[in-house]
Amino acid sequence: MTYSPKLIDHYENPRNIGSLDKNDEGVGTGLVGAPACGDVMKLQIKVGADGLIEDAKFKTFGCGSAIASSSLVTEWVKGKTIDEAETIKNTDIAKHLALPPVKIHCSVLAEDAIKAAIADYRAKSAKKDEPVSEGEQVAVPAK
Amino acid sequence: MNAFTQIRRNDQPIYLDYQATTPVDPRVLEAMMPYFTHKFGNAHSRSHSYGWEAEEGVEQARAQVAKLIGADEKEIIYTSGATESNNLAIKGVAEFYKDRRNHIVTTVTEHKCVLDTCRHLEQQGFTVTYLPVQKNGLVDLEQLRAAVTDKTVVVSVMAVNNEIGVIQPLAEIGKICREKGAFFHTDAAQAAGKIPLDVEAMNIDLMSISGHKIYGPKGIGALYVRRRPRVRLVALINGGGQERGFRSGTLPTPLCVGLGEAAEICMKEMDAEAKRLTKLRDRMLKGLQAKLPEIYVNGDLDQRIPGNLNISFAYVEGESLMMGIKGLSVSSGSACTSASLEPSYVLRALGVEEEMAHTSLRIGLGRFTTEQEVDTAVDELVRHVTKLREMSPLWEMAQEGIDIKSIEWAAH
Repeated sequence: MTYSPKLIDHYENPRNIGSLDKNDEGVGTGLVGAPACGDVMKLQIKVGADGLIEDAKFKTFGCGSAIASSSLVTEWVKGKTIDEAETIKNTDIAKHLALPPVKIHCSVLAEDAIKAAIADYRAKSAKKDEPVSEGEQVAVPAK
Repeated sequence: MNAFTQIRRNDQPIYLDYQATTPVDPRVLEAMMPYFTHKFGNAHSRSHSYGWEAEEGVEQARAQVAKLIGADEKEIIYTSGATESNNLAIKGVAEFYKDRRNHIVTTVTEHKCVLDTCRHLEQQGFTVTYLPVQKNGLVDLEQLRAAVTDKTVVVSVMAVNNEIGVIQPLAEIGKICREKGAFFHTDAAQAAGKIPLDVEAMNIDLMSISGHKIYGPKGIGALYVRRRPRVRLVALINGGGQERGFRSGTLPTPLCVGLGEAAEICMKEMDAEAKRLTKLRDRMLKGLQAKLPEIYVNGDLDQRIPGNLNISFAYVEGESLMMGIKGLSVSSGSACTSASLEPSYVLRALGVEEEMAHTSLRIGLGRFTTEQEVDTAVDELVRHVTKLREMSPLWEMAQEGIDIKSIEWAAH
């Protein structure tokens, strides 16, 4: 299969490989895919006090397109709010990397991975916020 | 002519896919060349020396092919390749004997051209038994014996598997077929020229051979059709009645000559080449095992042709590994390299789990593979497997002691 230069660049020089501390309150972790299907993505975001995603890391078991898709989204989410990050579409990923039609599912998985990481972060912060202490300002998600 | 002459140019990747195809040996090419130019005659022309010369070429080659498998030259039919040979053998006998017998036995790990031919015959009303294989890739002889009935016209079991290189117990299968009165066909595309084959000792009635797997040209193959006791076939291609009426059409003289020369070289060099390749394969496997934990050889390592390794590199997906090892040309059992997105049916048939099938590479060593190439390949594989494991969430979990099977994965 022939791949675009952008895809090959992300495969050969993947950005933001690694792991964040999943127990950190500001970290949201998404783990999507299945080993039997040949691709698993772990994507983590760290949300700062200002509500912006200050760091993102990934690890992916999968084909070159899956690695490139997850590498690309870690770049894209950095500096965004979680609401902004949530609007990233698989079609944007597929377009940017010029994914061949049989590899579109890799971009879908990358979108799922961000959504899962965001959901995890939200669940964590909701839990943390449950017993609201008096007088404390609670950050409410925009929606 | 030194057999170890480098065929590839220095800017080409190291070729480790000898089960896919092989380069034409320069000695084979040399034998073919005159038949493209001044010996261009039609081997079927009887009225002049051009025809006689061409006929002499194809008949000499026929004898060379026959000798490789212990057959008589009259029992060799030229075809376009192993796919045609397999089609002709299975469809040919099924059609000819259909009034008496309507059952076919084969295995689930056959090449697609055998499986697809069997599917086609099922649609024509034949019954087909697809035998499973054991964990090591070999057919269970008792299961085979039980499957063959007095309605079985042909048992088709490949000699050597194209993905995992395992050698089926041909003599034992032949014996069972002979006892039960069924014909024994074997697809020997990956076996001929690599392991000793003897149609008499193994009771083989039909055998398919491919030119381009044995350092001969593409577009030529052969089918061995036993004469005593006689095996009869309905032809697929009708016409001038060439090749005993089994396969009409003008013979491609240069290709036939190439097949013959290729067969002769394989026969002469088989023992020495098998030893050399076994050494190289062991060197490669030991080299990889020394630096990489959790790699698994798929298929039996002893009952195997010397030039094949099929390895699962756990926690690393095959296609991404192939993208990394740009200096090596190999193939993968991963779904991501196939249009169907299904992992290798051969590995699945061995009971290799899907996640492991996705991590497999087929490494094929051959006549022009050198020790230096093997060492380079080991280095490159080690480097990229290590790099990809560093970025694999599954590897990370395994290192943390998390059982991947304990996680509920969402299939997608």
